[in-house]
This record gives sequence, C-alpha cells and structure tokens, in this order.
Amino acid sequence: MWKFLHKLASPPHFYDLAAKFIPWFAVCALALIGYGSIAGLFFAPADYQQGDAFRIIYVHVPAAYLSLLAYAAMAISAGIGLIWRMKLAHAVAAGAAPLGAWFTFLALATGSIWGRPMWGTWWEWGDPRLTSELIMLFLYFGYMALRAAIDDTQKADRASAVLALVGAVNVPIIHFSVEWWSSLHQGPTLIREGGPAMPPAMLIPLLAMILGFSLLFGAMLLSRVRSEVLYRERRSRWVRKLLLPSEESP
Amino acid sequence: MHLSLYTDADAKTLTELLSGTNLCVLRGERCLFKGLNFALSSGELLLVQGPNGSGKTSLLRSIAGLFGLETGYISWRGVPTKNDRQSFSADVVWMAHHVGFKADLTLLENLRFETGLRSATLEEIESILERLSLSQLVELPMRSLSAGQQKRGALARMLISDARLWLMDEPFANLDVGGHDLVIELIAEHLAENGICVMAAHQDLELEVPMHSIQLQ
Amino acid sequence: MTGFEAKVPGLWHGLKSIIRRDLLLAWKRPGDVLNPLFFFAMVSTLFPLAVGPSAEQLAVSGPGVLWVAALLATLLSLNSLYLSDFEDGSLDQIILSPQPLPLLALGKSVSHWLVSGLPLVIVSPLIAMTFSMPAASVGVLMLTLALGTISLSLLGSIGAALTVGLNRGNALLSLLILPLAMPVLIFGARTVSLAAAGDAVAAGIYFLAAYCMLALSFAPLATAAALKISNE
Repeated sequence: MWKFLHKLASPPHFYDLAAKFIPWFAVCALALIGYGSIAGLFFAPADYQQGDAFRIIYVHVPAAYLSLLAYAAMAISAGIGLIWRMKLAHAVAAGAAPLGAWFTFLALATGSIWGRPMWGTWWEWGDPRLTSELIMLFLYFGYMALRAAIDDTQKADRASAVLALVGAVNVPIIHFSVEWWSSLHQGPTLIREGGPAMPPAMLIPLLAMILGFSLLFGAMLLSRVRSEVLYRERRSRWVRKLLLPSEESP
Repeated sequence: MHLSLYTDADAKTLTELLSGTNLCVLRGERCLFKGLNFALSSGELLLVQGPNGSGKTSLLRSIAGLFGLETGYISWRGVPTKNDRQSFSADVVWMAHHVGFKADLTLLENLRFETGLRSATLEEIESILERLSLSQLVELPMRSLSAGQQKRGALARMLISDARLWLMDEPFANLDVGGHDLVIELIAEHLAENGICVMAAHQDLELEVPMHSIQLQ
Repeated sequence: MTGFEAKVPGLWHGLKSIIRRDLLLAWKRPGDVLNPLFFFAMVSTLFPLAVGPSAEQLAVSGPGVLWVAALLATLLSLNSLYLSDFEDGSLDQIILSPQPLPLLALGKSVSHWLVSGLPLVIVSPLIAMTFSMPAASVGVLMLTLALGTISLSLLGSIGAALTVGLNRGNALLSLLILPLAMPVLIFGARTVSLAAAGDAVAAGIYFLAAYCMLALSFAPLATAAALKISNE
C-alpha cells in the first residue's frame, strides 16, 4: 500500500497513471451528468412553491458543493506538500484552485439566475449561501493572486500553502458568520433549510449531478495536474524523453 | 564544483562540531552547487570563496537555516539542525551584508534589543563597546553612523551573543584598515577560545589559524 | 570547550524586548500612528457626505460605517509591519534569534495593535457621536472594536508576512485578508446594531472573544511559517 502511494508521489508515475484514469472519470461524469440533466429537467416533478424555476438546483447545488470540495482538495494537498514536502501535492493544489474558482462562479451565476424569477432582483444579500459563495470566490482569487505574485515556484507553493491552510480554518467560520448574519433578517433564501424533504424523483437526479460533477472535477483536476507536472519537471530526463523521443539519452 | 575536505577518516573525530553533508542549493531553477561536504572542529575557520553570484551567501544562509537546502543537511554537535532549531539558534550568530539594525533607533537602543534576544545585560556590553570604539557613538541614531561604524555595531552583536558559531558574509566590506585588523583580531580570539567561524570573502585571509576553504564557481 | 554560555533569556524578556523596540520605532515616527487614525476619521466622514445628513439614516448605518473604516485603516497600517525589517536585514536576525519566532511575531502583533488598533478604539466614541449613535451602543462599539482590531492585527500579520518583499504587496495584502476578516466585520458591526436596537449582544461578544482566542493561538504560528518562507 505504501509502495503504491510512494510510487504515486513520483511525477512520472503519476503522469502515466493519471492518463489512464482520466477517460474513465470523464465518461462516467458525462453519463451521470447526462442522466441527471435530463431526469432533472424533464422528469422530476415541479416544486409546489417555485414551479419549474427550481430546476436550476440541478446545476446550482452541485456547483456550490464542488466549490467547497475543490477548496478542501486544495487545502489538503497544500498541507501535505508543506508538511511532507511533496512537490506533486503542491501541483495538485495549484491545479485545483482555478477549477474551484470556476465552480464558485458557476454557483454564483446560477444562484443569481435562480433569484431573478424568485425575488425580482439579480442579487439577494439575504441568502446566506450566495454571500458565502461570494466570499469563497474572493478566497480563491487571493490564493491565485499570491501564487502569481511570487516568481519562484517553490516559494509560491509554500506561501500559498500557508494561505490555503489559514483559509481552510476560516471557511467554516465564514459560513457560520454569514448564516448568523442572514438569520437576523429572515430574508428570502433559495433553499429553505429543514424544508419539506425532496421526493426521490427530485433527489436522485440531484445526487447523480453531484456525483457527475465530482467526477468531472476529478478528470479536469488530473488533466491540469498532468500539465503542471510537465511544466515543473520540464528540465528533467523523463520529460525530455517523453517530448523528444528521437533524442538519444546520454 | 565540490570539494570534500575530510579525506582522512581519523580526523573525523568526535570533536567535529559543524558539518555539512551532500549540500545542494537551488536559486530559482539554477543549481548553485551540489554534493558539497565539509566538517569543522572547534577553533577552525571555513573560508568560502568564489566570484559574485557563485552562491557564497546562499551557502552561508543555508547553514544558518534562512535558506532551504535542496538535498543534504547541516549538523551541529552531531544533531541535524533541522531537528533542533532552538539550540542551534542559541549557538549561532549571523553577520550579513545588511547590518540588521533599525536606522531610526540609536545604537544603544538597537543593542538593547539584541540583549533581549540573547542573554547579555546592558552593563556587560559596555566593555564590548569600549573595545570596538563605539562608546562615543551609542546615543546617535544608526542612520548618522558611517557604514564602517555600523559594521562595528554588527561586530558588537556578535560579541554580545556569546555564540559559538560565527557566520560572516563579507565581513571586511566597508571597513578601513583599522577595521579590517579589528575583525581579524576578534576572529583570532574567538577561534582561540574554541569558537568556530564560517566566512564568505572575496580575498584571501592572512590568519594563523586552522583554516579550510571552499571554492565555489 | 570553554567560555560559551549562550544563555537564552526567558520568553517574557524576549517578548518585552520586541514590543519595546517596535513601540520606540513608532514613537520616532508618529506618522505611522497618526495616519491610520486620520484615515479612520476621514473615511467615517466620507459616508455622511456621500449618503446625506439624515440623522436616522446615519444612526442606522453608523456601526457598519465605523467598522468598515476601522477595517480599512487597519489594513493600511498592516502593510509596513514587516517591510522595514525585511529591507534592513533585521528580519534575518529575528528569524535566527534563539527566542521562538512565533513569540516574536506575537510581540510585533501586540505592538501593532497598541499603535494602530487601540487609538481607533479610543477615538471611536467621538465618531459615533457624529453619527448620532445611541449612547447604549457606544460601549459595545468600543468592546467589539477592541476585540476585532486585536483579531485583525493577528490575522493581518499573516498576510503581511506572506506579502513582505513582493511588488505591489499592499493591494495583495488587502485581497488576502479581507475575506478572512469578514466574520469579524459581520459580528462586530451587527452586534453594535443590535445594541443600538436594545437587543441581546452576548452572542456577538462571545463570538468575537472566541475568534480572538483562536487568532491568538494560531496566528503567530502561521505568521512565523510565512516569515521563514518569505525571507528566503
């Protein structure tokens, strides 16, 4: 087991192994998303309160969930890279950040689109989830900005790792604070906590979408990390062999 | 690119105080040196020489622990320094190109801060200030002292710290002949008392002490 | 093996030394203290000028405005926390000193608060008065600002340590710290509003105190790690 993990940490092995996994993830992701979309859009019963407008939940909720999952992946791999000094872990963190930012943006955009027919406005501060997602987006921007500002790759890795860990501790605090803040006003929210339980016909496509999005994230992350690894190791022998197979190795 | 100094196995005795094993340092993507080894016993001086940009300062900073090593490790008293930062820090004092004093404060206020970090009291440092001809200058703000005088302030820090290992990066820069001789004198005394010194310098050193040298390219 | 008894003074001694040093530096450069304070006062003045002088409106928005102004003023003063140490080589000496680096980082945060946060707390009742905020809320305002600015000094030192020595580190520092400071802002400002309305404030105060404790325990460690990375 340890041998497998040890092998995984080596960039060339990861590069090859990831290439094998990506197609599987992608295909399963597309299948699940395909099913989830069709079932959710056409076959799930309309919500008794919101009518058909609620169907955007099938994109909004998975996107929000993924924005958190991506941050967790980023923080955990950054922590592993910082503590155990694994370069590959830092590459994973670097790859996860832009993906997480896009999912966050998607959650915000779909949340805003959802809100329009509901509240008549494009933004509603009273919704705690939307506000939390906005702060998450700023956290991602900060992480990516710090990385971009530091030229030396190793230094950028370690500095942004400290930031990711500090941010990770703060994310639950931020969520809690925003919940409390919005509870002071009982504003309109998109998803009422403790509301009526979803019937299976509504729930199952949602779970399918969440799983599908996760697998899609996995596929995209592996692909990004492969590119990162190639760039970071561009001077090493195995990359040269890969890119210029005609060169005779000395 | 590298020089292994201790080929005589007998010489690697228990008196070996500071050693570096298989050191490699990267600056950005460039490898400054690799496979570097050295070992020093008490009373010895390690002179690191080489042209600008060859990695003298990086090597010294790596020994101090300010800069990370790509491979290898530094040992102090047989223990790798990364395992016990605390006791290593107590035993080492660093003299860099930047003197590390606050320009707005007087010399005395700066040195008082140093005593707070180390162990001396203000009374103890009076004799040190006398020795370094700084007694008349203590009440002046650092910014009004000349570069040579500030450097002597840095020397005061080294004496105050009572540390075993002196790391000095270009200690002769900005010093006149008198200052130059003073540094030599202090180092000789330090080594005679079983201290250790690692120095980066451009020029050769005329000093009657057990000396090792590393040439970086 | 003679002579070298590099005794290390106690932790309290080390903490006192760095606090004394930084307070002395601030004393010699009063601008460092006064600029954030003036900024705080001026930003607070901007709002009535921009939004209109209606007393009820000001009283309602007062807590929020004061808190945002305090947050921005603190960010302004955080930029230079480690900058001069980095530039003149003192940071090398601080990192290499036998005193634990988190302790020295804590000392710097403490002196930063004494120089930038405490003055804000003291001046806040005057500004609150211009916003016609009810007297009942002023005490809560001062308490929340005190706890909040302490947390901000601690949290901000992490950002300052991460961005020291970077070009345009100022804007980056704000970008890094602002999302993390939201909980403090939310609880600080809303608790004062609750106090003005006569509602219970215990929840908010407890949260701010707890956050302060958390920051006190962890921020110095994170700052020390960040300093070592940035100083390489």
